[in-house]
Formats: sequence, C-alpha cells, structure tokens
Amino acid sequence: MQLFYLLKNEWMLSFMMVVLLILKVADNGRSHSSWIRIFNGLMLVLCVAGWLMPTVEGEAFGGMFFSYKAGAFAKNLLCTGTLFIGLIGEDWLKKTRHVVEFYLLIISTLMGMCFMISAGHMLMFYLSLELASIPLAAMCNFGFEERRSGEAAMKLILSSAFSSGLMLMGISFLYGATGTLSFAQLTLMSSYEPLFIIGFVLLFTGIVFKLSVVPFHLWTADVYEGSPAPVTAFLSVISKGAMVMVFAYILYHVFGALNDVWYTLLYVLSIATMVIGNLFAIRQQNLKRFLAFSSITQIGYILVGISGSSAEGFTAAMYFIVVYLFSNIVAFGVITHIASKTGNETIDSYKGLAKTNPFLAWSMAIALFSLAGVPPTAGFFGKIFLLKAGVGTGNFVLIIVAALNMIVALYYYLRVIRAMFMDSNENAIQPLESGLSLRIALFVCLAGIILTGFAGSIYEYILNLNVGL
Amino acid sequence: MNLGLLLLVPLLTAAAIAFSKGKNMPRVIALGGAFVQLLLCVVLLFAYRTAHQVAPAQGMYFETSYPWFASLGINYHTGVDGISIAMMLLTACVVLAGILVSWNMEKQVKEFFFLLTILSGGAYGFFMALDLFLLFFFLEVAVIPKYLLIGIWGSGKKEYSANKLALMLMGGSALVLVGMLGLYYHSATPADGFSLTNLGKQQIPLDVQLFFFPFLFVGFGIFTALFPFHTWVPDGHSSAPTAASMFLAGISMKLGGYGCLRVAAFLMPEAAHFYSGYIVALAAIAILYGAFATMMQTDLKYMNAYSSVSHCGFVLLGIGMLTPSAISGAVIQMVSHGLMTALFFAAIGMIYERTHTRTIKELGGLLKIMPFISTVFFIAGLCSLGLPGFSGFVAEMTVFVGSWQRPEEMYRVATIVACMSIVVTAVYILRATGMSLMGTIKNKAYEELKDATWNEKVAAVVLIGAILVIGITPFYLTHLIDPGTNQIMENINRYISLN
Repeated sequence: MQLFYLLKNEWMLSFMMVVLLILKVADNGRSHSSWIRIFNGLMLVLCVAGWLMPTVEGEAFGGMFFSYKAGAFAKNLLCTGTLFIGLIGEDWLKKTRHVVEFYLLIISTLMGMCFMISAGHMLMFYLSLELASIPLAAMCNFGFEERRSGEAAMKLILSSAFSSGLMLMGISFLYGATGTLSFAQLTLMSSYEPLFIIGFVLLFTGIVFKLSVVPFHLWTADVYEGSPAPVTAFLSVISKGAMVMVFAYILYHVFGALNDVWYTLLYVLSIATMVIGNLFAIRQQNLKRFLAFSSITQIGYILVGISGSSAEGFTAAMYFIVVYLFSNIVAFGVITHIASKTGNETIDSYKGLAKTNPFLAWSMAIALFSLAGVPPTAGFFGKIFLLKAGVGTGNFVLIIVAALNMIVALYYYLRVIRAMFMDSNENAIQPLESGLSLRIALFVCLAGIILTGFAGSIYEYILNLNVGL
Repeated sequence: MNLGLLLLVPLLTAAAIAFSKGKNMPRVIALGGAFVQLLLCVVLLFAYRTAHQVAPAQGMYFETSYPWFASLGINYHTGVDGISIAMMLLTACVVLAGILVSWNMEKQVKEFFFLLTILSGGAYGFFMALDLFLLFFFLEVAVIPKYLLIGIWGSGKKEYSANKLALMLMGGSALVLVGMLGLYYHSATPADGFSLTNLGKQQIPLDVQLFFFPFLFVGFGIFTALFPFHTWVPDGHSSAPTAASMFLAGISMKLGGYGCLRVAAFLMPEAAHFYSGYIVALAAIAILYGAFATMMQTDLKYMNAYSSVSHCGFVLLGIGMLTPSAISGAVIQMVSHGLMTALFFAAIGMIYERTHTRTIKELGGLLKIMPFISTVFFIAGLCSLGLPGFSGFVAEMTVFVGSWQRPEEMYRVATIVACMSIVVTAVYILRATGMSLMGTIKNKAYEELKDATWNEKVAAVVLIGAILVIGITPFYLTHLIDPGTNQIMENINRYISLN
C-alpha cells in the first residue's frame, strides 16, 4: 500500500497510457475532439487525484526511487501544467493527424520527469532523463509538413545526445572516484579529489545543457521556433521546470558539500545567462524565438536564487517555477491560438491586436509583465525572492547585474506590448473566436498570475515542503 | 481609522469601472471614487489631529501590521504621520482634478479611468507603507499604468516617451531594489530587515551605508528628476494625456522625493551627511539648468515639464541640506509643486483641447476669449514663480532659510545659485503668459472658442483653493508635517553628533 502512494503520479500516468493504448486499438473512427476530451478528462482526474492523495515520504526499489514532499509537489505541478498545455493546444491538436500518438509521447516524457525527480541513484536518474528527452524530440517533429519542425527534432536529439554523453562521462568518473552511484552514498563520499570534481563538473554541464544555460543554449532558439507552439510551451514550461527541480535537488542534497565549487560555477553562468539571453531577445522577431531567449534569461535568474542559501534558494526557485508556469502558459496559449488560426508568429503581425482581440491582447500583456517582473503580477514576487535568496551569500555584484538586467528585459517585453496596444495596423489579425478550453486555461492561469503573489501562504507552503530536506 | 480603506476604495472603484458599460458610467464611477478618496483623506487628517493631541510623541499613527511572507520578514505594515497625510491629501486633490479634466475623454474611456484609478491606489499605498517591500511594491505598481496611459492616449512621439519613461523608472526601481536588499542583508535582525520603523532604530554600519545610500538615493532620485537622470521628465510629461501629466508631475515625482527622505536619509543618516555635498550640487545644477532649459522651450507642456525639473530640484536641495527648516521646506515644496504643476498641466490641457496647439507663438489674446482658463493659467504661473500669497513662495522661502543655516561655503554657493533661478523663472513665466494670454488674438478661428465647462471649473477651483490655503495660512501645513520632519531630524542628529 505504501508503494501505491509513493509512486502515485507514476502509476497513474502508466495507467493512463494503457487506457489510451487500449482505446486506440479498439479505435472505431473516433473523432479528434473526442480523443481530446478523453485525454483532458483523464488528465484532470489524474491531477485532482494527485493533489488529493496523501504524500508519503520514503524509498522504493532498494533506494533507486526516493519520494519527498517537494518532489511530490513538483510532480503534481508538472501534471497540472501538462493539463493546461493540452487545453491551450486544442486548436492545433484538432488539425494534427496523430493525436493519440502525441498524447502517448507527452505522457511518457512526463513519466520520465516524474521518475527523474524521484531518482535516488545515478542510473535511475540517467534512464529517466532519457525517457524524458527522447519522446520530446519526437514531439518536436509533429509539424510534419514543415521542414523546420524536423530540423528542430534533429537539433534537440543531437544536443540531448551530446549532453547525455557529457553526463555519462561525469557519472562514470564519479563512480571511479567513489565506487558507488547511489545518491545517499555519493553525499557521504563527496570529496575534493580531482576525479570527483571533474566528474561533478561534467554532470553539472550535462544538466545545464538541458536547462539551456549560456554557453550551452545554442540549440534552444531553433528548437523552440521549429516545434509546433504547444510543444514549445511544453519544452519551455514543463521540461524546464522538471530540470530546475532536479538540478536544485542534486546540487543541494547530493553535492551540498561541494558548495563552493558549484557556487563559483553558478556565479559565472548566471551572469552570462542573464546578459546574453537578454541581449539576444532584443532583436528577435519571431515570438517563439523571443520567448526562447526570455526563458533563457529566466533560467539565469533561477540560477541566482539557487546560488543562495539552501532552504530559501530552493523555495524561491520552486516558487518561481510556479509563477513561470502560469505566465508562460498564458503567453504560449495566446501564441498557439493565433498561430493555429492564422499562422502568424511574428511580433509585427501582432500589431493592433488590442483593438481586434482585446482579451487575447490583455492576457498576453499580463503574462509578459509577469515575465518582466512588474507588479502586481506574481512574476514580481518570484523575481524579488530569487534575488533575495541570492543575497544570502552576500554577493552584491550578482544582484546588481540581475537588477540591471530587469531593465533590459522590460525593454523587449515592452516591444510586444507596444505592437499590440499602440501601433496601428490595417491588416491586424481578425477577431478570433476562442474555444472554451482555451478560455478556461487562460482564466485559471491569469488568476494564478495575479493571486499567487498576494497569497503569502503559497510561499510558506512551499517552504514547509523543504523543511527537513 | 483603518488605512486599508484608502487602498480598498480605489480597488473597488477600478473593479466597478472594469465591469461598467458605455461612455458615461466609467467616468461617473471614477469621479465618485475620487470624491470618496478625498473625503477619506480629510477624515484621516482630522483623525490624525485628534490622535496627535492625545499622543504627541508617537511616531506613526493608525499602524496596522499583518504577516505577508512571514518567513522572509515581509509584512503588510502601514501607518501614517503628518508627512504622509499631506502627500495623500495632495494625491486625492490631483486625482479628483485629473478625472474632472478628462471628463470628455472619447477614446477607450473605460480603460483610461481604470488605469488612472489604479495609479491613485498605488500612490496611497506608497505613502502609507512602513515595510520596505510593500513600499517597493507600490513604487513599481505604477509602471504599467503609466506606460499604457502615455502610449495609448498620449500625443506626439508617445511610444518613444512611454518607453523612455518606463525604462528609466524601472532603472530607478532596480537601484532601489539593490539598496533595499543591501539594507535587509546587513540588518542586525533579519526579521526586521524590511521594517522601516525597526531599521530606523538600528545603527547600520558606516561602510554599508556609504555603499548602499547612493543606490537608494539615486534610485528614488530618478523618480524625482535628479540631474542627470531627469531626461524622462520632459518627454514623458509632454506626451502624456492631461490627466496623466497631472499625475506624473503632481504625484509620481513626489514618490521619489518622499522615498529619498523617508527611506534613504532616514535610514542612513551618516551616509546622507557624507553625500550631502554631492546631493546639493546636483540639485543646484538641476534647478539652474532646468530653469534655463525652460526658457528655451516653445511648447507649453515642455515648458512646464522642464520647470518641474527645476522645481523638484528644490526638494532635493532641501533634503541635501539636512537642516530642519530645509527638510520641512522640501516637504512643503513637494505638496506645493504637486498642486501647482497639476494646475498648470490642467490649464494647458484645456487650452490645447480648444486651440489644438501648444506652441506659445501661435497662441495670443486668449484672455479675451476664455477668461477663466487664462486666469487659471496665470495663477499657476504666479505660483510657479513664487509670488507671496501662493504656496510656491512659502515652500521656496522655507527651503532657502533652511539652506542658509548650513554655513559651509559650498552650501552657500548652492543656495545662491538656487536663488538666482527665481529670476529666470520669472522671465519664462511672464514671457509665456504674456505671449499666449495677452496681446491681440492671433488666429481668427480662436474667437469662436468657449470658456471652461463646469467640470474644468471645479477641477481648477479645487487645486487653486488648496494652493491658496497653503499660501495664506502655511502654518496649517507646517504644523501637520513638523512632527514627521522632527522625527527624521532626530534620527539624523542622533548619529551624526556621535561622530
């Protein structure tokens, strides 16, 4: 019975996969919208059950699998995020040929992420990481007619392979230095032995590759641009969220003793990530590329938070992930909707949007202001808490760079706002009819953007999850 | 009295506007909301006077504190003293006048009044916040409404101005954020790290003060047009619609002055003392440079915007001098300039709405066509040049008296430089009013124009009334703010006399 609760998200996802497969085998010409309804219904049940079921802390499979409160929270959050992405992607999904396959892929990568968060052993970690990334590449290829979609899939799979290679090399060095791959043993045996440090740095590099931290970010923009918009949303929200969670967990709880080593790494990388992500975002025309660079910058801020003291840094990073999830889903919701109805993805084509589609324009504006960290949106709180956690080390250079970057970031977010609200355009996008699912997703996430910040209890809740870790 | 009401009323008003329909309903709701705000502020004033008589030594009145992010030491902590009440009254007057002036707004009425109401709520929040995080929140909350107000409803090169304003103010906020986190990190007890009142009781180490004071002071200074970061003022104010110009110059710039005084100088008195030479020098440059720049302007709005740079220099000059009278003068100047510049922008807006030009040379003989508006314009001008009987005189006089109390040479020179600007002010004010109001009617089409409507008259009367009250009976205002300034001075003297 303990396993039932320990593996709650994992077994529910597997169950859902089986259900979908059986339905697919017994397929008698079910329509797309019926599949979409089935998936959304199952996902909703899964999310509700996930949040309601009690969280049990403990180990399974001889320490391979390890469940903890913060991890369970993150898994539930990712599942909920996937539900929203299913909702915003409806327009696009109705047009795609292989809707069931898409769902199967999305569930397997989600399952990989869940296992990755709970991994208690390097092998488990590596396997689940691969499970989380290979289906993603297949998902990127879902814009079958478009060349750039295939290109995106290729780029993602190659860069994933490269980072996996680095990571495996690091893991084998760690094994060579200590003779174990279990997280608990590694924590005890971590040392400043050169082999161990090299192993750690390689593992670190492999992970930051997936997080698209500068200078390992080069794949991001092309993959984001080429993939269909809902997949881009998934990549930037769910995939990044899971990686951040795992990254923070590994740094704090496995390699906590090497604090000074990874602090130096984070210090340099976060400055590079914030500055370069921002500078590249300024010149982007395609909104998906634009959000790719903006998400790189956001990762830079998360690194600032993680570099701070343990409990507060972890909490701030998780809190930021919640906020970031809401904001990005709204932004991608609007982009997906407009892209699938009109095919427009550039900032210029959004000119005059506020006059023709006020609801979409205001949603987008609120999401972008949240990403820029302007109050009263939750992004403001998220960013300040990350910086405040970063101050924990007393390094004000980092904070000053981060604060100045907020100005640059505001500049390019304002470009989009300006296009939507101030520029006039004779060929503005026609008034679009938005479906019920999209509206629900946007409304819930907008409420999340506004309310998460004011509800201090959410922050305290996340903080309590981390107590005792 | 519960201060939360002053946040609740704007919020409810904004919500009601968001759900209202048509052209008339939003503006009626907005006006009603603004009127209730003014009423609440007046009630607050009287409640404060009673409370102050009962407990004169209490620093802050009507304090409330709820934990917000308890583990981070962030509380919803509000309270007021005389200075905050003066600023809130100013806000209420300007917002009421602003709504009345934009009564005949045609374009996207609902959104316009919604944003304007949100702005006013942010200003009240800022003036009552006793928690640095809360204060910072309210400082930044205005960024979006200001940007949209200028960008959507503005005129001229509005996108450029809106961008410039948003980015420069964001820069100010970023600096304030660094300073705030610096204070938090170096506070003796982390739980008090954001509390304005508790931090005021601690002595922050000198090296920390010297490092972080410039961040806070320059950060807030950008809001109040600290030279050389004043460049957003002319563009921003000139491109904004009338009500937004009134708000920007009347209240938004005061957020900076208030922050410099309440946060920077109050919490880090030794650093304020150390840097006072630089502050005074920059303020003197702003005063004189602003005045000369104003002289060269041909556009009425640009003229008033540059004169705001010059007038806000007096606020910083007063704060930099660190003497009781000078600080008191700085606060009076904030209130006075807020009212006067709002009146000026209102009058310019009324003229522009009718003649569709703001170029001084194209106007002329307006006094004959629209006597009421012209008189309003003239009164604003006279107040601006510091004619006795108006609030400007009281404010500038107090600043000068306070400044003269600093005997060092450099402060004397700065004071003399500042005094000289009055002459320049007289030149540009008299020239502008002379050319646009007096003389022959230059454009025949103007003869058809009508004088002020009821809403414009009410707006002008509210502002002129406030200016005259301060000008004729300044002791009401000084009695109101003195306990507050004394408290800040006490904090400053306590540590400086130690060295």
